[in-house]
Amino acid sequence: MLIAILNILLLVACAPLVSGLISGIKNNLRMRRGQSVFQPYYNLAKLCAKEEVVSETASWIFKAAPLVVIASMLTAAVLMPWCIVAGPLRQAGDLLALIFIFSLGRFFLALAALDTGSSFGGMGSSREMFISSLAEPVFCLVVFTLSLQFGSTDIAAVSGMHAVSVASIIAATALFLVTLAETARVPVDNQETHLELTMVHEAMVLEYSGRRLAFIEMAAYIKQMILFFLIAQIIFPIALPVFGGVSEIMLWLLWYAARLVIVAIAVALVEVSVAKMRLFRVADFLGYAFVLSIVAVLCALLGV
Amino acid sequence: MLAFFTQHNFLFDPLALFFLAVIGIVSLPSAVYSFSYLKGEYSAGKTRLASCLMVAFIAAMALVVSVSNVLVFLVCWEIMSLVSYFLVVFDTKHEKSIQAGMIYIIMTHVGTAFLIAAFMLMYTHAHSFDFLSIKNACLTMPAQTKNIVFVLLLAGFGTKAGIVPLHIWLPYAHPQAPSHISSLMSGVMIKTAVYGLLRFVLWTLGVQAFWWGPVVLVLATITCLVGIIYALMERDIKRLLAYSSVENIGIILLGVGLSMFFLYLNKPYLAVFALIAGLFHLINHAVFKGLLFLCAGSVYKATGTRDMEKLGGLIRTMPRTAVYFLVGAMAISALPPFNGFVSEWMTLQAFFLGALNVTAGVKLFLGICAALLALTGGLAAACFVKAFGITFLAQPRSRYAKEAKEVPLPMRLGMFFLALLTLVCSLGAVKIIRILAAVAGVACGIDTGGMSFSFNAFILQPQLGQRVYLSAPLLAMALALFGLAGFIVYTVAGKGKAVSYRTWDCGYYKLDARNEYTATAFSKPFRISFSFFLLPYRRTQKIWESFYHVKSFTYETHTTPVFRKYIYDPLLKLIFKSAVTMRRIQPGSIHLYLGYIFVTLLLLIVFMGQF
Repeated sequence: MLIAILNILLLVACAPLVSGLISGIKNNLRMRRGQSVFQPYYNLAKLCAKEEVVSETASWIFKAAPLVVIASMLTAAVLMPWCIVAGPLRQAGDLLALIFIFSLGRFFLALAALDTGSSFGGMGSSREMFISSLAEPVFCLVVFTLSLQFGSTDIAAVSGMHAVSVASIIAATALFLVTLAETARVPVDNQETHLELTMVHEAMVLEYSGRRLAFIEMAAYIKQMILFFLIAQIIFPIALPVFGGVSEIMLWLLWYAARLVIVAIAVALVEVSVAKMRLFRVADFLGYAFVLSIVAVLCALLGV
Repeated sequence: MLAFFTQHNFLFDPLALFFLAVIGIVSLPSAVYSFSYLKGEYSAGKTRLASCLMVAFIAAMALVVSVSNVLVFLVCWEIMSLVSYFLVVFDTKHEKSIQAGMIYIIMTHVGTAFLIAAFMLMYTHAHSFDFLSIKNACLTMPAQTKNIVFVLLLAGFGTKAGIVPLHIWLPYAHPQAPSHISSLMSGVMIKTAVYGLLRFVLWTLGVQAFWWGPVVLVLATITCLVGIIYALMERDIKRLLAYSSVENIGIILLGVGLSMFFLYLNKPYLAVFALIAGLFHLINHAVFKGLLFLCAGSVYKATGTRDMEKLGGLIRTMPRTAVYFLVGAMAISALPPFNGFVSEWMTLQAFFLGALNVTAGVKLFLGICAALLALTGGLAAACFVKAFGITFLAQPRSRYAKEAKEVPLPMRLGMFFLALLTLVCSLGAVKIIRILAAVAGVACGIDTGGMSFSFNAFILQPQLGQRVYLSAPLLAMALALFGLAGFIVYTVAGKGKAVSYRTWDCGYYKLDARNEYTATAFSKPFRISFSFFLLPYRRTQKIWESFYHVKSFTYETHTTPVFRKYIYDPLLKLIFKSAVTMRRIQPGSIHLYLGYIFVTLLLLIVFMGQF
């Protein structure tokens, strides 16, 4: 139990770093000297210290939403088999349940965006629900492929020792595309601007400030961490650690971190080399992801 | 009549009792709700009439699911349809009610006609109207007849359930009735059609051909998608809910179809599990759709409108109704920890488990069905973000919404009861599923004694030995704990206080309700990306004051009702046309009419001579 709690704490502590790392890599690729990789931490600290502005038109939904969002992401996090054999709450849910838990947070964020009565919020809310509803079938088919491969939708089973197959790599690629959409990355959304044309996630959280914004950002980091971790587990499967010496565990941790970094590099590469799509092209983008996930199912059926 | 009731004309097996329970669960709060809902809405006499009709309606539904004789079943079915027709046209003030009633009564009788044909075929084989004798006779029924009976039953009950493309009446009729009746119709009445399918297809006929299951699955998937896409486009809150009932019937039938499929493949465990998922969604849908209709009724009662574009901000004027609606919306969007989440998870899991046990081509089919179910889930969440967000949040868009008052206690009690049930059904899922296993076993004709679908009293485990679990109580606990932790961190972490200020309006300083996103605007991305099906079109009209100056400009956007335009309207035209042609044989001469009667008599005599 103690290890489980330590795991969650480690995850929460590391989650912002992944985002910092991605922007660091992007800056390097663009030949810029940008912010430090620890900038997300500074931002969070800054937000926690700042005065908060709550819209006059907002109701309790607006005030409660950040708590629901962070609670749902943390719940998702405890289902994950991070470093130990299984997630501490393995019996609470499986990969499919993860889809539903993600949508809980999204639902409240979309409501909170409508709550302030600003057009930006409504726009973000509408777009976010649009994109996520198209991403959902892809996520489902990815889980379906994994279930066909490993005979179960258990997250730990998917993350166990297994041979890398064509099917799981294609499934992971489809999941990668979904992750770009779900974490507001470039071809779908842009985290770096506040321009109306690109506003999806940023438009939803526009009215938030101070500690509540910090909560929402933290939740986004955790969600990103979970999705990256899933992709890493599928592409670079490794046996889970048998509790040996301290140095052994350290080695495992290093390998876990290295895999996340690889996914982060891939995301950064996509972000610097692809242009933002127009909203209705996103439907096509997720359509490709859907086709890719069907190919993954077919590969799983062929046994490759 | 008395003799009928004293004879053994009832069959109270677990299947019947389950449906009786569902009827009871929704009827009770609806009846309590109706006390104050009807007050002030209608005259005293009409209020009494409404109550009488409601009681008759509930009684008819209860009889439908408990009689054991085909003829009596048909009579009760017809009473149920007629009483609900009177309730649909109850608001005679509205022209729309009459039209909705017309569509409803025609469609429901088309459905009944299919049923009568099916029952007559069964009778010619069994020579009895009793359920049990028919069931026994069906063992020896030829395959071809069984196929025909199945198609007839599917069409007949499908009309009542609202399977696409027979759903056409549902979005007209359900919203038009008084709200507590809407909740009964959507929550319970359409479920009697599911009862019919289970009783007559699964229980009586038994799955005879491979294609039965896939046909139901394909129809159910289409029903889900069409229902939710139309619901997303809707701005009338009760019609939105009615379309979402179409979607949910689709999800229930996914469970039923999957069960039929596995029965044919002789996989009893999976068949029972899939049917449990369907039945569980049935009871869940009854609860949360009943709740949502009652909430929509409260909104209508308080504001006098069902148009979402005129609502908004009700969370401040009607805080309790808002909470209940939010609970219902979360449940129907399959969000943990409410009940819709558990049953949708189970339905998906039934697909996934099933796919592990069939051949390759079928795996792909099941996978695509599951993916489309996931798409439906995503769209449903979007639909209910819209329904709740536009109706209850932000600033009121009209005077009616601004001056709304919270509804009286009996109405709130009805809603509270159902809202509580959404949570009970989810946290007590394991208990309920154990009961449903018996019901599903009876429907499929399988002994479920040795089957277990749970790990312990709190954790679901679809397949023994597999480490796939779901526990709504555990998830609820985790959510509550983390929420609490978040709250503590929130209060402890920052010293900065919160201030209240205007919403950011780009320095415009005149942000009002007109700047808010509307229901139509919210659904625009969906309207555009599903335009191949919705066929949206715009109508603009400029009124010129002079050559240079436009006085007013109207802009409308509509979607084409595909089924009405391309199936029902041509059909209607054909019927009218043939009616005009038929009139030629009615020239008004009494001699000719006598001739007709004589010829008919002759033909009948010749016809009867054959037997």
